[in-house]
This record gives sequence, structure tokens and C-alpha cells, in this order.
Amino acid sequence: MIALVDCDAFYCSCHIAFAPALTNSAVCVASNNDGCLISLNRQAKAVGLKMGDPLFKVQPLIKKHNAKVFSSSFYLYGDMSRRVMQVLSKFAPGIEFYSIDEAFLEFSGIGYDLTEYSSDIASTVKQWTGIPVSIGIAPTKTLAKVAARLRKKNLAGTGSVCEWQKLNNSNQFLEAMPVTDLWGISFRLGARLNRLGIHNAKQFKNASPAYIRSHFGVVLERTVRELNGVPCIPLELAPPPKQQIMVSRSFGEKLTHFDDIRAAVSAFATRAGEKLRRQSLYAQALNVFVQTSPFDTEKSHYANSATLFFGRPCQDTQQLSKAANQGLKQIFKPGLKYQKAGVMLLDLIPKTFGQASLLEIYEDNTTGNNVPLMSVIDDINRRYGQDTVRLGITNLSDRWKMKQSMLSPAYTTRWTDLPTAIC
Amino acid sequence: MLPFISPKFERRIIRLPLFLSRVPAGFPSPADDHLEAELDLNEHLIKHPAATFFVRCKGDSMQEAGIFNDDILIVDRSLTPRDNDIVIAAVGGELTVKRLVVKLGQPWLYPANPNYKPIQIKEGSELHVWGVVINAIHNVRQS
Repeated sequence: MIALVDCDAFYCSCHIAFAPALTNSAVCVASNNDGCLISLNRQAKAVGLKMGDPLFKVQPLIKKHNAKVFSSSFYLYGDMSRRVMQVLSKFAPGIEFYSIDEAFLEFSGIGYDLTEYSSDIASTVKQWTGIPVSIGIAPTKTLAKVAARLRKKNLAGTGSVCEWQKLNNSNQFLEAMPVTDLWGISFRLGARLNRLGIHNAKQFKNASPAYIRSHFGVVLERTVRELNGVPCIPLELAPPPKQQIMVSRSFGEKLTHFDDIRAAVSAFATRAGEKLRRQSLYAQALNVFVQTSPFDTEKSHYANSATLFFGRPCQDTQQLSKAANQGLKQIFKPGLKYQKAGVMLLDLIPKTFGQASLLEIYEDNTTGNNVPLMSVIDDINRRYGQDTVRLGITNLSDRWKMKQSMLSPAYTTRWTDLPTAIC
Repeated sequence: MLPFISPKFERRIIRLPLFLSRVPAGFPSPADDHLEAELDLNEHLIKHPAATFFVRCKGDSMQEAGIFNDDILIVDRSLTPRDNDIVIAAVGGELTVKRLVVKLGQPWLYPANPNYKPIQIKEGSELHVWGVVINAIHNVRQS
């Protein structure tokens, strides 16, 4: 048996955890960059607010219903997620951290009534971290997701739990569920299925697995089988090693000057380098891209990228930044208003696996990577804060950074931002 | 709760020395047979890292309990509050620091300062205990 534990309105709940008075109020979280809503609790949805609504557009609605708006604080969300996952780990022999606010738990071998057990899990998570969760229990991951979704929408189950096999009319729920609401079925796949006469989850469940396999591939066949109670998708207990590392940001404001974008791209290369070293990997290629806004009506959309290959596997921030800048020179066109850029590291290999070029003799990938320097810089930045020691070129400009004016406090990761209690 | 063994989530990596003393060529230290890890405050103070939060105290109503303005309180949300515990409670929508006292079956929130009055939690209104205070960090040397 598998359980899917899904936090309710996770970002909102992170803020409410430190302001319990808001538990029954409408709460939403807006992104720092573009001021759009990225999380809403049940009460906020009930007054008509929706995901993606730009703040300025829904201000009247917010004022009318006295909704509380928080600015996103990813330091807080990351830390709270870590805490939730830590608590969940105690409850199952196997756990897969699926996303920042979801986890699959392996329930095999647990002798208790699973609904009661899951109820305990939910109340423990709520007491320990302040985060409410909904839990779906089923023989397969796909059905566990369905069950959790039914609980969240208050269509089945009670309290925080919905156990699929205890439902009397599970097929009716599948019939009422559009096929695109299923895990793994995108809008486009859904449209294709619709053309074949498959509109809801029950019809998809009853489709012939062989037929689905021949038209859509084995991944969707697994979904069909899982809907029928046959577990086909194992828990990923250890995440697979990364194939590429991507760091990209939308800019706080549109940028036109080369130096502004250079600074951004160097900062992304720095961040990517840190991730690379943290995983003890080396990159053999680097891709840098820039783009104007796809919604810009004045000029046609421009997006371009350049890929550079390293002579020997690279882990060194200076080399990564140099390559990123070289690539940027090739793709930058003056006179345009750029909205976003990114750096992606490709062809990642571990330390001891590398192909020597014919012209160079080296023992392992550390050559040319200035390992002692990087290691000292990483240590300093870990202790005193990100970017304490950084490339000079990143100081060229700050304009790409997101607007800091509305940042919410990082309650659990900064001494200066601790929640206060009146004494 | 089933005690499943799960990977330890380190707040920071505690470097365990392999040897307390360096071993220069030939001369072993008499301390080599007695190896211990460094004393770690995290391990000593925090029993449930996932449920432990730091909260800053503003005000002087708990001075007689040894909690002063600007102290950092270590709060464990996993503990079940007991009579006489110092707790963080949500009162009137705000987090406050008070001692939980149960008198004749009724919960009260007591200050530790004669200038403040105890608060009775009346029938019907809910007492929301946010967490139990286990330690207060007080700066003895003023910076």
C-alpha cells in the first residue's frame, strides 16, 4: 500500500504556521518578481481569487474580503518542507520526496489500520510543524494521488485521510474525473485521449493496456494498470543523479544593457557551479540562453542559446563564468528588452570518469579546476552567507535581481527574522 | 509511533576527529585510546529538530522565570504541554510567552512578574498552545 501525503496550500500554510490567527482567514502568497498569486488557501479560493491572478488586478477583491497577502519566501518554504519530510520519514520504511510539498510513503508491512495510522501522521505533522496535510492511501501511486485529491476537494474520505479501498463507489469518482486530472496526463495527452473517446478516468481505466501502450507508450500503459490496482511505478527512494543542472531567472525588470545581463549570467554560472560541486560532478558542456518576453507586443519574441564544450571536465566557477560570458557574446543582440536568461550545465560526470583529450595527460578531473580554492570559497560562503566571496563581474550590476521590497521574513533560517512572542 | 530508522538530517556536519591528537612519526599520544566527539549544543538542546523553532521574546513579563526581553527561546512543538510548563500561546491572535497553570481543572496563563496579571482561559474559548519553551538563550555579556 502506498500513501501520498500532500500539504494543504503549502506556501500559505508556512506563513499561517507563525500567525495562527489567520487559520480561518483568506490567505494568499504572491511571487516577488511579477506579483502574481502562487498559492491560495481554501478561504481565498472561496472568495474568487485564483492561481496566477496578478496582484494589481485583484486588489479590490482582496480589500473587500480582507484577505491577507504574503510575499513569497523560499528560504522559509524550503526549511518547512525539510521539517515536514523529516517527520514523515519516521512513519514509513520507505519514503520518496516527490516535490516540495508531497511525499509518497511505502506502507507495506504496517499492521495497523491504515486510515487511523494516517490520521496520526497528519496530526503529528500538524502539531510538530504547523502544516496541515491531506493523505491518500491506495495500492498504487496513481490511485493514491487520486485519493488525496478527493480528500482535498472534500469529495471523499474524512478528516485528513481518504483510503481508496474503503470507498464504496470508487468507480463513480473515476467517472466524474476528467482524464487530464490524472497524474502524468498533460493537457495535450488528454486532448489525444479525448479524440479516441476517452474523456474520464473510468474510461481510461477500462482501456486496453496493450492498446494504450501501442499508441502512447509504456509510461501511460503503467498508468492504466495502476488505475486497476496493479502497482507498476516503484518509489524512488534515492533520487537519480542529475543529468543537467539549470539555473535561470526572470529579471526583476527588463534589461537592455550587455553589462546587466553579463552580471546575471555570471551569477547563474556561480550558482550552477555550487550545485555541481555539492554533488561532486563535473560538467563537459555549458549552455547559456537569453530571451525577450514572449508577451511583448512591441517587438517579435527573440530567444537564442549557445552551447560551449569544455576541453576538460569543469567544476571551477571562473571557467564556468567565462564560458557563459563567451556564449552570451554570441547570442546578445543590442536594442532588445530581455526578460529572462539562464545557464545550463550539461553532460555531467562524476570525479573519476573522464576521457583524456589526446593532447593532455591528467589523472582525474580535478586538473585545472583549482579544487583547493573552490573548496575554501564554498566553505566561506556556507558559513557567512551565499556570495560572501564572489566573482567581481557579478558586481557589474544588480538590476537582474528580483525586487526585494516585499520579501517575507525567513522565520526559520535567519537570526534577524525570528518570529517574536510578546512576553 | 513506529520507530523507523531514517537517514539522519544533519543541521550541520559534525566533524568527528579520527584522532584527538596528530600522530607524528613514532610518538603516539596517551589520549589516542580515548576518542570522543566534540560537544555539540545542537544535540544537547534540540531533541526534535523538525519540531524545534527559535522565537524571540519581546517584553519583561517573564523575568522572574529567567526569561528576559530579547532572549531567544527554544520552542519544541512536539511536546504535550504540562501543568507549569512555560509555553508560547496564541492569545488574541498574537504569540505570547506565559506559564501554563491548571487551577481546579481550568487553564490559566501566568506571567512571572508582579506587574502583570494572569489570564484565565474561559469556558468556550480555545487555548491554542503553539509550543513548549524548553530553553531561553540569554546574552550575559552585553554587546
